[in-house]
Amino acid sequence: MILRGLSVLLVCLWAAAAMADEMKLAVTTSFHNSGLSDVLLPAIKDDLGLDVHLLVVGTGQALRLGQAGDVDAILVHSKPAEEAFVADGFGTRRTEVMYNDFVVVGPAGDPASIARLDGAVDALRAIESSGVLFVSRGDDSGTHKKEQTLWAAAGLDAETFEATWYRSVGAGMGAALNAASGMNAYVLSDRASWLTFGNKGDLALLYAGDPVLFNQYAYLPVNAAMHSHVNTVSAMQLENWLVSDRAKALINGYQLNGETLFTFNAQ
Amino acid sequence: MDEISQGLLAAFRLILTLDADLIEISLRSLYVTCTAVVISSVIGLPLGCWLALRRFRFRRAVIAVLNALMGLPPVVVGLIVYLLLSRSGPFGVFGLLFTPAAMIIAQVIILTPLIASIAHQAIRDLWADYHDLLISLNTTRGQRMRTLLWDGRRALLTAALAGFGRGIGEVGAIMIVGGNIDHVTRVLTTAIALETGKGDFALALGLGFVLILIAIVVNLVIHRLSGTEVRGRW
Repeated sequence: MILRGLSVLLVCLWAAAAMADEMKLAVTTSFHNSGLSDVLLPAIKDDLGLDVHLLVVGTGQALRLGQAGDVDAILVHSKPAEEAFVADGFGTRRTEVMYNDFVVVGPAGDPASIARLDGAVDALRAIESSGVLFVSRGDDSGTHKKEQTLWAAAGLDAETFEATWYRSVGAGMGAALNAASGMNAYVLSDRASWLTFGNKGDLALLYAGDPVLFNQYAYLPVNAAMHSHVNTVSAMQLENWLVSDRAKALINGYQLNGETLFTFNAQ
Repeated sequence: MDEISQGLLAAFRLILTLDADLIEISLRSLYVTCTAVVISSVIGLPLGCWLALRRFRFRRAVIAVLNALMGLPPVVVGLIVYLLLSRSGPFGVFGLLFTPAAMIIAQVIILTPLIASIAHQAIRDLWADYHDLLISLNTTRGQRMRTLLWDGRRALLTAALAGFGRGIGEVGAIMIVGGNIDHVTRVLTTAIALETGKGDFALALGLGFVLILIAIVVNLVIHRLSGTEVRGRW
């Protein structure tokens, strides 16, 4: 009798734990450092009663977490890698949510004279030929992948760059910006991380506006067929919320120092 | 210099206003490390004592390895624990990754060799003093271990405090296995890493001063309670 009561209790506890409304979401540093998550998460809690636990990592690591089934969904920014993630069956689908853009930040004096150039690729080429210090994320994140595509488009191989000027720090956006600030180097950053960064030093935003610097964020729920324990119900609820008008108003309305950081573009 | 004074100011502000987030992450830091220290001590102190008393063939090698493991790199421990607890790892079914339990497991692995090693050295010296007495009283091995552990308690406390010191300031392992999730696995050290990443050095430094303060207070309280440095030889 006691045993039966205990097992019923255990089953109830297990069910309660399974139904507790919380999920793990791996997000990129820019989403969190920009402060947008501090606006969205309380609203999600109010509307859905859902506690979203954020794991703030680079896109590469977020994808790995999703592959291993250690999170329920991911919110990242690297389209080719995301499409491969879905094609390999780790994610069920890819939903575009919002965008911002990448910017090239560097010493305010602009020793490589990139500010007046026409394209981002030209800007990077100018930095390379001038030999001024450049800090690379070097951590397989979305920003790092974008930087690699830009070097490739410039006809250069980042693998062969000398460490005398090309400093691969292998760290998150904040650490890379700190390094660039300390060395007075150029660095590719997403706009949100740059605007919210508190240790700008002599750095300034030097180049932006080229369409190739477009930075799309997408939401990918982890495939329950691969990992039966993932919280698909909450992941689905969150997806519906992220493309809703409520999210649209919050994302478009989020400003820092009068600048809009993200633009909602879910279909 | 300016940043350091701002850091001190930030620390004062956080403490004086009893910042709710600060209290939460400080308590979590203490919870994780204290639990890990207790578990590591339960394993490490008897192990160190046993190594001091027993004579067996590979004793020297075991002691040398134990001493080397004192310098176990936390980031490697974190990575191994991560891979073991990941959903695609051998213990994935328990769903422990990114929970405080995972952080405690990682810290137990880091702290146990340290505590065992310091305990071994302390007990070895004590055993040299007690050897003839305990042998002549014809004591069993269990009785000898109990006597040495009890009479060496102050030195063993130092071992546990050294473990606490290493654990409370550790960031490499708990960042990997805990994930620094707000209100779930964020502790003082991971919060400092986060604020540094945001370039908010004043807040990061403020949290750092709070961390140092906690370490000092814990040590003072333990010494007061145990009456160390008050009377007698110990």
